[in-house]
Amino acid sequence: MSFIDFNLPVLLVIVPLLGGVLSVVVGSIVGSRKDLAWGWALAVSWVTLALVIRMLLAVVAAPEGFVVYNLGSWPGPWGIEYRVDHLNAFVLLVVAGIGAATTLYARHSVADEIPDDRHHAFYCVWLLAIAGLLGITVTGDTFNVYVLLEISSLTSYALIAMGKGRDRRALLASLRYLILGTIGASFILVGIGYLLMLTGTLNMADMHERLIALPDFAENRTVLVAFAFLLVGLSVKMALFPLHMWLPGAYTHAPSAVSALLASTATKVGVYMAFRFMYTIFGRHYSIDVLPGHSVLLLCAALAVLVPNLTAIRQTNVKRLLAYSSVGQIGYMVMGFALANEAGMTGSIVHLFNHAAMKGGMFLAVGAVVYRLGRCHVNDFTGLGKRMPWTMGAFSIGGLGLVGFPLTAGFVSKWFLVKGCIEAGLWPLVVVVLIGSLLAVIYTWKLLERIWFTEPPESTADLREAPPTMLISTWALILTSVYFGVHASFTVGMAQKAAAFLLETTQ
Amino acid sequence: MNLALLEPSTASFLKVASLAGTYNYALYVVLMMIGFYGVIAKKNLIKQALGLGLFSTGIFLFYISMGVVEGGTAPVWWTTDEAHLLKAAGPYDNPLTHVLILTAIVVSVSTLAVAMALIVNIQRAYGTIEEDEIRAIEDAEHPGEGVI
Repeated sequence: MSFIDFNLPVLLVIVPLLGGVLSVVVGSIVGSRKDLAWGWALAVSWVTLALVIRMLLAVVAAPEGFVVYNLGSWPGPWGIEYRVDHLNAFVLLVVAGIGAATTLYARHSVADEIPDDRHHAFYCVWLLAIAGLLGITVTGDTFNVYVLLEISSLTSYALIAMGKGRDRRALLASLRYLILGTIGASFILVGIGYLLMLTGTLNMADMHERLIALPDFAENRTVLVAFAFLLVGLSVKMALFPLHMWLPGAYTHAPSAVSALLASTATKVGVYMAFRFMYTIFGRHYSIDVLPGHSVLLLCAALAVLVPNLTAIRQTNVKRLLAYSSVGQIGYMVMGFALANEAGMTGSIVHLFNHAAMKGGMFLAVGAVVYRLGRCHVNDFTGLGKRMPWTMGAFSIGGLGLVGFPLTAGFVSKWFLVKGCIEAGLWPLVVVVLIGSLLAVIYTWKLLERIWFTEPPESTADLREAPPTMLISTWALILTSVYFGVHASFTVGMAQKAAAFLLETTQ
Repeated sequence: MNLALLEPSTASFLKVASLAGTYNYALYVVLMMIGFYGVIAKKNLIKQALGLGLFSTGIFLFYISMGVVEGGTAPVWWTTDEAHLLKAAGPYDNPLTHVLILTAIVVSVSTLAVAMALIVNIQRAYGTIEEDEIRAIEDAEHPGEGVI
């Protein structure tokens, strides 16, 4: 087994981590060079994607369905263990894929929005954010999750604040995210603390075995407190309604490339963490059957599908509209996750992938409008289909995906979600999903009508199409979502295996 | 070799000195809530950030308290037995929680540093760090959009 294959799980965190640090070192030696900083980040992000794809193939080929890596050869539960199964591998692919596509996109957008002497620093923080998100996903150690969560959060605050050049509200949005995000992460830390007190271990798999071996597991009040702290902390991190208040401002005022990266990875990794904590550590039996947490989550998810989608309809800033729609889509993921049957969880995991591709592509398209126009007010989209047909074409297909139009990826995930609701006998939730889709039709149609069926104003006569790197990455994400809407066998297969693995290997 | 690390067991955690232990746990909640109050109730952004610091400090206390072992000393206190092999001089506190909290302190300091950097930038951009004054400026500039 070659060096790279053996160390694959840790390399895919180390490469962007060191790559980020080197970006600043190089920048301070040769001085600020925009294209050098961008080219370096692009190379690092694509190498990371290659490593992640190799990791995915290794996991699929592994006979027991997961790959274990011991940091420094210290075996778990004493050392830090990286454990990659189908679920991690799939989420890793989402994070690294979005990272690679948005880095390609970032060239013009970042050159436009970030001061020239800050590019090396920007790409450093950018790569560190990707490293943090990949690290959370790959690790099998709860405290490691907390540390890497803070790495990705701190870098996100810095990235969002860099939008201050265009709008000073980015600073306020970043500070609000910092305060809420730190409280959320602290709650997660307290939850991990109570689990450590009970079990004496930090390793996820070991923790689960020690928890279910407790004689009074189901009634133990310390377990309950740990569960409550973790649930609230994770809900803040994944922006589950009503703890989503940090998200719309942060995504609206961040630089365009940052909005796309965070919108399609940060909250998804939050949902992934919820899967890990609820299923791998506490186990399905405790999280779903013993506690009423299940119905609380379903209620929050149903409200998350309805309320933010309603709020999205009356937004006048397109980035803000998409941000509210993201909060609504998190509702679908949490719903499938809380249904706790294979179809629902498959829907949830597939939607992680599909929504990342669709919403990422849409944020990139809006970023192209901001690049050309400097604004993204709903009125600015009047007749834009005639001025920037390629950008708007991608935006429109992404919008149809959000609605869940057949032949788009959104349809596949909603299909499984509805199937899960029916299998669980929860018919009201089917209605909620349908109403959520109708609300999405309203805000998507509001934009599509303005883009394609109105005449462009004279003031935009010299508006040109977005630069090629922007178009390529936007269309890459949108075509991914269309491809996996038609040929869903890869995504659905991965998600089904991940869901079955979670349900079968733990109690 | 550290025995507590080799044998993760609940035993070392359950031998928490009863009175001092529970006293600490009450204190940690009080500290956390004072910090939380600061974050929610104070209009001054620096006071909010300080509240956030206090909030994390409460959690440090929680972790350190859970590592306490009755009659335990520092884990670095060694002696030798008859065969001149190293062994612990007596019961010692669980060092794992100390190590964890060292990391959490670093995280908390970095968070405060980023918060302060943001507040300095807000002061430059708005000329104030009072939340209600910033709100008034934003309401006048972008009516109906909310602050952020």
